Amino acid sequence: MKDSHYDVAIIGAGMSGLAAGIRLAHFGQKVCIFERHNAPGGLNSFYSLGGRKYDVGLHAMTNYVAPGVKGTPLGKLLRQLRIEREEFALCPQKQSQVSFGPRGEATLKFTNDFAVLEAEVAAKFPTQADGWRKLVGLVKTYDDVSLDAQPLSARAVVGRHITDPLLTDMIFCPVMYYGSAQERDMEFGQFVIMFKALYLEGFARPLDGVRVIIRVLLDKFRAAGGERRMKCGVQQIIEEQGKAARLVLDDGTEITAGHVISSIGYPETMKLCAPAHTAEADANTGALSFIETISVFNRQPSEWGWGDDTIIFFNDSARFDYARAKEQVDIRSGVICLPNNFDFAGAQLPEGLFRVTCLANYDLWAHLPEEQYQADKKRWFEAAVHSARRFLPAVDDAVLAQAQLTTDMFTPRTIRKFTGHLNGAIYGAPHKIRNGRTHLSNLYLCGTDQGFLGIVGAMLSGISMANYHVLQPKG
Amino acid sequence: MTKDDCKKLVIDIISDIAPDEDLTAIKPEIKLRDQLQLDSMDFLDIVMELRKRHGIEVPEADYSHLASLESCAEYLTPKFATKA
Repeated sequence: MKDSHYDVAIIGAGMSGLAAGIRLAHFGQKVCIFERHNAPGGLNSFYSLGGRKYDVGLHAMTNYVAPGVKGTPLGKLLRQLRIEREEFALCPQKQSQVSFGPRGEATLKFTNDFAVLEAEVAAKFPTQADGWRKLVGLVKTYDDVSLDAQPLSARAVVGRHITDPLLTDMIFCPVMYYGSAQERDMEFGQFVIMFKALYLEGFARPLDGVRVIIRVLLDKFRAAGGERRMKCGVQQIIEEQGKAARLVLDDGTEITAGHVISSIGYPETMKLCAPAHTAEADANTGALSFIETISVFNRQPSEWGWGDDTIIFFNDSARFDYARAKEQVDIRSGVICLPNNFDFAGAQLPEGLFRVTCLANYDLWAHLPEEQYQADKKRWFEAAVHSARRFLPAVDDAVLAQAQLTTDMFTPRTIRKFTGHLNGAIYGAPHKIRNGRTHLSNLYLCGTDQGFLGIVGAMLSGISMANYHVLQPKG
Repeated sequence: MTKDDCKKLVIDIISDIAPDEDLTAIKPEIKLRDQLQLDSMDFLDIVMELRKRHGIEVPEADYSHLASLESCAEYLTPKFATKA
């Protein structure tokens, strides 16, 4: 007979739910994480296919800083979860770039050393140097983790300092692709979080990918005494007297908890509530979804001159248009990831990997008959790869085809199926709920829709919400 | 328990919370914040570890007593004594 009352119930075993769970279990709370799927990790999970291991979506962990650099999100996260830095086994990127124009005519290189980007901006946009300095100064001093900041338009704030539309778009492109749930603009606090995460800090990953990080989290949670129920989602949050009184699990059983922390997203959580808050959910559901292609090669990409850049953010339209795709996929812009191009300190991935991410339209994928769905996947796979290759040194189609061992691809439909995110909106709701509060006094949000972005941000979100709502003695 | 024992227990806690800090040369009378990179999240953890490990409660109004190692010892030693 399993227990049916917990101090805290957490919905979702992704990065934020696990991090919240570790904090709470460590401090003696009786906590259980309920996860609908059999694999943990949520939006940043992993899978095996045809004998190969793949990461879901994750290109790079952002917020990387070198050992010894203190006071940044990575350091806070390691301390709060009592994780030693070595456990994540992070390997830094080599370099990345933003590449604009039909063939990458305008580029900005950046690395884990911010001085590289600063020099690029100074050399290529000399008239913007002063504004750039002011913007960077503002970003560095802005309180981006405030839980009650008033929302500001990032376009408006950046526009006060940067006047060249090309530079503006080039700054926004990576920041939006790696976290914005809003079309064309983002909240300035979110912009600051991402600017720091990408440019002032940087990219890294463990050689064996995101599973290393998830395993560390699972081990800590177990060691702290936390309970986890997999393939056991929550189907209803029953409201009584302004509180989440009971949770109905997928198998029909009910549990109770003093606090409930939901990591599954704002509209998704509102729809679980009984009575459901459908209007609120519909008013704050994301519209941005993505496809991602993965090509596996029996060669290292460096053999084709693709060995320098870890991530390339590309765009060929006159203005960068971060919005819901009008067709099934918008191949005008996207993100290339070459996971072989991290500095694995002498080690290397056994096969060459090439990933391309583009904006996509959920509605145009959601209801296709299976045969059509497969045909469209194939077609857009080719189109996305073709578009992305314009921003890499040219390689003969036949050479690539011969080296290609296998491919895989996710679409908005895949995202909806495996993450439960409505509209396949990876980055969730456009309006974030910073303090995590909901209409129920003991139900809080963490993760994507609380609004700390990236996987380090997700973990910090779980930590912050656990601290703020459950652990912190009320003064 | 002596004040020195108490300081040692506090250092044990800090070394687990912030293993990346060098604790060998802490000056007891100087504020911890001025010698170590500790933020409010870390101080919250010191309070919670005191409760978890030693059953000692530090109400929010008393957080200022945890500013330096010396003031920690001053404030916490009697609490340990009452417990023992």
